[in-house]
Amino acid sequence: MITIDNLTFRYGKKPLFDNLNLSLKEGNIYGLLGMNGAGKTTLLKVLSGQLFRKEGDADVLGFDPGIRHPEMLREIFYLPEEFFLPRTSVEVYLKLYSPFYERFNKEEFEGYCEIFQLDLTQKLSDYSFGQKKKFLLAFGLASGTKLLILDEPTNGLDIPSKSQFRKTVASAITPERSFLISTHQVRDMENLIDPIVILHQGKVILNNTLEEVSSRIRMEKTLGEPAPSESILYSEKVPGGYYSIRKAASPSEESALDLEVLFNGVVTDPMGIGALIGEERA
Amino acid sequence: MQYENRPIYIQIADYLYEMILSGKWTDGERVPSIREMAVQMEVNPNTMTRTYGLLQEQGVIFNKRGIGYFAADKARDMTLRLKREEFIHSELPDFFKKMEFLGMTPEELDELFNRYKESNHEDK
Repeated sequence: MITIDNLTFRYGKKPLFDNLNLSLKEGNIYGLLGMNGAGKTTLLKVLSGQLFRKEGDADVLGFDPGIRHPEMLREIFYLPEEFFLPRTSVEVYLKLYSPFYERFNKEEFEGYCEIFQLDLTQKLSDYSFGQKKKFLLAFGLASGTKLLILDEPTNGLDIPSKSQFRKTVASAITPERSFLISTHQVRDMENLIDPIVILHQGKVILNNTLEEVSSRIRMEKTLGEPAPSESILYSEKVPGGYYSIRKAASPSEESALDLEVLFNGVVTDPMGIGALIGEERA
Repeated sequence: MQYENRPIYIQIADYLYEMILSGKWTDGERVPSIREMAVQMEVNPNTMTRTYGLLQEQGVIFNKRGIGYFAADKARDMTLRLKREEFIHSELPDFFKKMEFLGMTPEELDELFNRYKESNHEDK
């Protein structure tokens, strides 16, 4: 549904993306991870036609995103980290914005709002920041768009909302849709985002399902520091011991995965761990 | 392998076995859809698909095309057998190792187990 080949992008003279490649398929909840300044938001904006690439090919739902074709835009809902909501009632907002999305489903919208415990009789401007975000999330999930882009959706949400977020996202995904969620809050998304896309130093250095990840590596928590050996690819100190990434010896014994440790490991050693996981499968 | 360090789809399978053993999912009856369970557990539906695939492979649940998933006629017996085997292979070796290390005998264990059963019955 999205293919990007050799994308190059600069702010001024400083290159941000250098021959970046990315391919996304339908039916998935992609987690986009990257350090501050890695270019996550820029990438999301290039994909949705809000920024223009300098070089490279991009195909988003069959269109060049730079052209901003209405047929493409009606299939993308984008929830930015900072957003604008007009000072209207919910009813007026729906009347204004839902016609842009032909599969917008009001019943679903109300269902998501109920999960988020939003009072739909209140004016949008009276909502708190978190409530506004949840309102837009409910709208986006109910929009029925093929592509839903969420930039740091759990920032500013209270603790119960994070569980509500996971519930609504899990119930809104269909085989025809894909969600692309950028986040630093991997704990909020644990067990929800899969595949994982890691953006680092101008390139996508990982784009794999967790099943693929766990077929190639093992994670292990030990009390003492693991003795250096060829099979240990990465290790870090965590409360109560060490977390290490090992090369998988046999395909059978899968281990649990910790996304923070995976991210740290891949970013520390992209040529080692990233390449090992991304290697072509026989 | 550490017992807790298992992939999430296996941890979810454990929860589903628990549903069967506790009788919340009954033999031969329809069980929730993959989507319903994914929402309930707040996980990626692909993960739940993997879990259902595992249970289906083991014959604990089966899929009626176009209708949904059902617990097998002998789901409870099968699950009990699976869990017993898992206990014997994954948990008992560590337990025995600790027993040996602490110098405990099966006779001591037998007595402790009987005491445990008695106090449990008193609670009820």
